[in-house]
Amino acid sequence: MSTLSTPVAAPEPFPAGPVQRLQGRGLAVVGNDIDTDRIIPARFLKCVTFDGLAEGAFADDRTELAGAHPFDRAEHQGATILVVNDNFGCGSSREHAPQALMRWGIRAVIGESFAEIFFGNCLALGIPCLTASPADAAALQRAIAATPAALLRLDLEALRVQLDPQASAGTSASASLDLPLQLAEGPHRMLVSGQWDGTSQLVAHDAELRATASRLPYLAGFAA
Amino acid sequence: MSAGTLYDKVWELHRVADLPGGSTQLFIGLHLIHEVTSPQAFAALRDLGLTVRHPELTVATVDHIVPTTSQARPFADPLAEAMLATLEANCAEHGITLHGLGSGRQGIVHVIAPELGLTQPGMTVACGDSHTSTHGAFGAIAFGIGTSQVRDVLASQSLAMNKLKVRRIWVEGTLQPGVYAKDLVLHVIRTLGVKGGVGYAYEFAGPAIDALSMEERMTLCNMAIEGGARVGYCNPDATTFAYLQGRPHAPAGEAWERAVAWWSSLASGPDAVFDDEVRFDAATIAPTVTWGITPGQGIGVDESVPTLEQTPAEERPLAEEAYRYMDLVPGGPIAGLPVDVCFIGSCTNGRLSDLRAAAAVAQGRRVAPGIKAFVVPGSEQVAAAAEAEGLDAVFRAAGFEWREPGCSMCLAMNPDRLEGRQISASSSNRNFKGRQGSASGRTLLMSPAMVAAAAIAGHVADVRELVAVAPSSPSDR
Repeated sequence: MSTLSTPVAAPEPFPAGPVQRLQGRGLAVVGNDIDTDRIIPARFLKCVTFDGLAEGAFADDRTELAGAHPFDRAEHQGATILVVNDNFGCGSSREHAPQALMRWGIRAVIGESFAEIFFGNCLALGIPCLTASPADAAALQRAIAATPAALLRLDLEALRVQLDPQASAGTSASASLDLPLQLAEGPHRMLVSGQWDGTSQLVAHDAELRATASRLPYLAGFAA
Repeated sequence: MSAGTLYDKVWELHRVADLPGGSTQLFIGLHLIHEVTSPQAFAALRDLGLTVRHPELTVATVDHIVPTTSQARPFADPLAEAMLATLEANCAEHGITLHGLGSGRQGIVHVIAPELGLTQPGMTVACGDSHTSTHGAFGAIAFGIGTSQVRDVLASQSLAMNKLKVRRIWVEGTLQPGVYAKDLVLHVIRTLGVKGGVGYAYEFAGPAIDALSMEERMTLCNMAIEGGARVGYCNPDATTFAYLQGRPHAPAGEAWERAVAWWSSLASGPDAVFDDEVRFDAATIAPTVTWGITPGQGIGVDESVPTLEQTPAEERPLAEEAYRYMDLVPGGPIAGLPVDVCFIGSCTNGRLSDLRAAAAVAQGRRVAPGIKAFVVPGSEQVAAAAEAEGLDAVFRAAGFEWREPGCSMCLAMNPDRLEGRQISASSSNRNFKGRQGSASGRTLLMSPAMVAAAAIAGHVADVRELVAVAPSSPSDR
């Protein structure tokens, strides 16, 4: 293979460790009650790995809009921050939904509200789902539509997002939007501290797990 | 904050530790797995060098991808075959019981665990499927999880969880003939909204709930998630115990008496404190049909599709999207809307009493010309019981197809699906855009008896006009 070929931008690595600051371009998917069947239709769930799921993200909506869906528009390719509305991710518990978004490139979601299982599935991947007021979410969506190249700066510690229409990565200018975000205390701490991937923590509580199991009568067959 | 509820008691019993992030490590008493959401979890377990901590508390079946016509192996679809083969290999490697095809115990995971007596009051039940809330019918705390959490339960038999608030849904009165648990839950979701339950566990209680059979309670709890509530439950009572007694995994002998005493102690007490309460009157509920693209867009079969003016401002964009997608005229009646496909089955309504109610409507009648109608029993046991009492013959004589057990057209991960813009009358749980396998396919949710009525009429019809007095639960009331 030629060493002179055009360098290809490395894809964003999947989240690992503390999630404190993110910056990147945004894209907006507008509408309430967008369910996980729409985020990833069931036929894409016929798989034994998550590897190929990016192409399934919003597949039917994208077909319907014939190239006009935000996930297809040229100006949004490489965007990393998804801005949505109310009750995003309702329906099926399929982790394939956040997996598809993550593999497409999404690293954070900002919205009016999220369905519970979707929120938890994102958290388990290190993808924060941050809540904004309806007015702020709509303002952010309008600003992204007006200036797709604008840079979003997400500060997880301060729980704020700034949108800077002048900046591209590496430069700084005054932000034209600076909005507060909300995140429940537990998930906030888990993301910022990097403890969102908790399997090892759960496994480590061996004695506590044994103690709990020993006080559940159904595990002993209700023996006297 | 809630106190003294079944949810509070079961939560405390299963609390392993408080985690640094602020969540609770919760022990999982029963872990149900299937072919769709487990393969990546087993792979992750392998990558971490971990094994299954409690294979004896883990139970598998295959349901989402199985064909319902011929279940001969290998499946025609190589992807479906690969998924089942992967589940078989994972279960064999880790010593997990798999209730496979032809075992006599295979079926939809939320149908087989109750019928085998695996689901019991006071348990925590997790499964990589949002309709795990079904098991709450027994007074268990049951909820759907994602694949990363399936990995966590496999590895540790526990999960990092945050405690929910508890809303009591108190239901007075009596369901009228021709009105079923499905109508009740569609009515609740219509009233409280598809996100009304986010952050809550729903406790279903009151005289109307006490009067429901276990199968009706399962239908009710199954769809709690469609109202946004990850957990829905009923308090265990004599109906619960009568259902469980004698089932393969239920306690027996002296252990049975101790079990009943413990189960009884878990019910929400008279001084239980709830975070919220909403009251309903069962007697006022009509057979309910969804007209739109969320389970909250439901109306009585005798009502009209709401107009924009009748719709709250914040719901109007979704209503307009639904009119377009469903090709419905606002203000028009839902009764009389022609349908193409009629599907009876799913984890919501694929149990014996559901098939009996539908068969009572189909008995002696014929499916209307041009309608594809089919019945998919929820499990091999349901199929055998239905065949033993001749329900398959009733359906076949009426022009319905009688299929093999599986999830079928609820989510169309198998050959059962809508084509193009077909519209279905469906006893399943979701009417999302594209849900039944065609990107432009349309779904009307309703009870199994209402699906049978639609099949006979060829359009949405009020089942109360077909069966003057249809007992809503002849099975085990």
